[in-house]
Amino acid sequence: MRLTIERRLDQPRWLAVVVPVASVVVALVIAGIVLLITGHNPISSYRQLFDAAFVQTGSIGQTLIATTPLAFTGLAAAAAFRMRLYNIGGEGQLYMGAIFGSAVGIYLGGRGSASAGVIAAMVVAGCIGGALWASIPGVLRAFLGTSEILTSLMLNYVAGYVLTYLVFQSQSYWRQTKGFNATVFPTGKPLPSNAVWPPWNLHAQGGTPIPLGLFFAVLAGIVLWALYKRTRFGFEVQVLGDSTGAARYAGMRIRRKILAVMAISGAIAGLGGASQVGDFSHALDGDPNGLQKQAYGYSGIVVAALGRYNPFAVLLVALLIGGLDNAGNTLQGASFPSGLVGVIQGIILFCALGGELLVRHRVRLVRPVAATA
Amino acid sequence: MNNSLVVVLIASGVAYGTPILFAALGELLAERSGVLNLGVEGMMLVGAAMGFWAEQRVHIGSGAGALVLGLVVAAFSGAVMAAIHAFMVITLRANQIVSGLALTIFAGGLGLSSYLGTDLNIADVPASHTFHAFFPSSVQNWPVVGPIVFGQNPLVYFSWLCVIAVAYYLARTRPGLNVRSVGEAPGAADAMGIDVGKYRYVHTLVGGAFAGVGGATFSLAITPTWNAGDSLVQGAGWIAIALVIFAFWRAELCLVGAYFFGAMQALQPELQARNISLGPTELWSNSLPYVATVVVLVLVSWRGSARRLGAPAALGTPYAREEA
Repeated sequence: MRLTIERRLDQPRWLAVVVPVASVVVALVIAGIVLLITGHNPISSYRQLFDAAFVQTGSIGQTLIATTPLAFTGLAAAAAFRMRLYNIGGEGQLYMGAIFGSAVGIYLGGRGSASAGVIAAMVVAGCIGGALWASIPGVLRAFLGTSEILTSLMLNYVAGYVLTYLVFQSQSYWRQTKGFNATVFPTGKPLPSNAVWPPWNLHAQGGTPIPLGLFFAVLAGIVLWALYKRTRFGFEVQVLGDSTGAARYAGMRIRRKILAVMAISGAIAGLGGASQVGDFSHALDGDPNGLQKQAYGYSGIVVAALGRYNPFAVLLVALLIGGLDNAGNTLQGASFPSGLVGVIQGIILFCALGGELLVRHRVRLVRPVAATA
Repeated sequence: MNNSLVVVLIASGVAYGTPILFAALGELLAERSGVLNLGVEGMMLVGAAMGFWAEQRVHIGSGAGALVLGLVVAAFSGAVMAAIHAFMVITLRANQIVSGLALTIFAGGLGLSSYLGTDLNIADVPASHTFHAFFPSSVQNWPVVGPIVFGQNPLVYFSWLCVIAVAYYLARTRPGLNVRSVGEAPGAADAMGIDVGKYRYVHTLVGGAFAGVGGATFSLAITPTWNAGDSLVQGAGWIAIALVIFAFWRAELCLVGAYFFGAMQALQPELQARNISLGPTELWSNSLPYVATVVVLVLVSWRGSARRLGAPAALGTPYAREEA
């Protein structure tokens, strides 16, 4: 008897739901074993985690703040990965969206335009910034066949250095140059009040502000779902993702799809960057230990993979991972094992990846066929 | 003369480039067998933490024993991390990109390396022993070659041995030839009787061991301490991945590229110390390695020259006999 792995001819729909959920459960069990081995109590660690993420006063608000960027970068990764276009440049595209979005916010806000108009312009600018940055690997892939994986990754670093340069190493438009504080520590120029994105207050846990950006993220998720499930463009993208050969024989325009999908993916990540500025930091955060340490772009890939590139699932997973991130930030201290959040996220992702095998393949015990002499 | 900008840059390029070189040699071996491992950063961080821990905890005679043990433990823990990736992508045929990223998140600065380091209580203490230059200072002061060649720590010389070993292995030995065939055409290699899965496992694990040693180069030689987070390695793992491409998948070119990338890191502080202004130095000297890699990637892919320049044809694709 030996184990064989063979491809499933049809994938049952229920597996697509059961496997990711089971992955999370299995991951929590494995992480619990790790905790036990290293002398921590898994039950109390998990309870702490859950309390800090969803139960304590104000925790849901903080979790939503952590969820918003992950929803954007998760959708951005899902949009591209669905076509097997591995845009891992969500990180840099987010920075570019933040740079473009804050420039427009400072400029239009300072001219006293109506708040709704300024916010709309920031959204558009963020999308453009992200889309342009994503189009560099997109164009290289479409016309020269350069692997987008590494080019998009390299550009993350370049974008990070540009971001730091604008606020820390130059007297750029984005930098606060007036006032005493500006001479002590470099900071971004604050957004005028009419460029700040107003949260929507929910009366739960004594007032939970829901970031405006989160609504944009949900909207982006709906649009992405409709685009991929209800349009010819989306159909062609999915065919391309499943079989490039079939798409080519069917006469689909591959080059255009690559350009479009990279731009869409970058635009969503860039919108996330604009939301970071408009919703939360209210100034361009150029600190190498600030926005750049959060690694939203990379976590977004985890979110997308766990959501199996389905936009609605991605939004839900963003909430789960956002809760974990928030709990990890809150619980830094002696009583809570540091690094646990990354360990859990990693194990969840590994389990989901392993579970993917069960969705696509069937594992069977077979008798070896006796060799005939 | 030894204080001239060029000599100082080359000397620091060699020092800062060494951890990148180790990691790149490991990634080179894995990629030559067809496995792309984007988890280098995570493996380096775990190697840095575990190597530092082993060196702190062991007291054998002089410091040399503890340091060597630190390296061994770093290599072992890097290989254990790589084993997860190998199991995911070789046995379970998972997506190599996602699995590698998962490894970096799992093992990285917000994950296992911080968890282990904090649990083992090694944060923010100076190393009890470090790798340091051992030639007499009169030799270290020789013009030009003094600081560049003789002023380095032993890990630098060890990395040179590794470069020679990897280059010789890939070019001149039977298993080296086999691993290249596994990376180029796993189907053909399988038909020849080469165990594709075994070759991929072994080289991914050895690659992880190299990354672990690279991480320990930080915690035992360059900045001999450990702290939670990713500030110790700070992107060196990603640079190593870029370097493999930059070096056209060749060990000897990895050496040149690693020192170039290392020198770029030293450029900005050196220029500042000498009051030389070349525009926004921090911006362009920091970005240059990444931009250069993108340019190399474009050149490599231009007119299908990737094959000629050495990109393994089966890089990133799982191999299953019944589906080949």
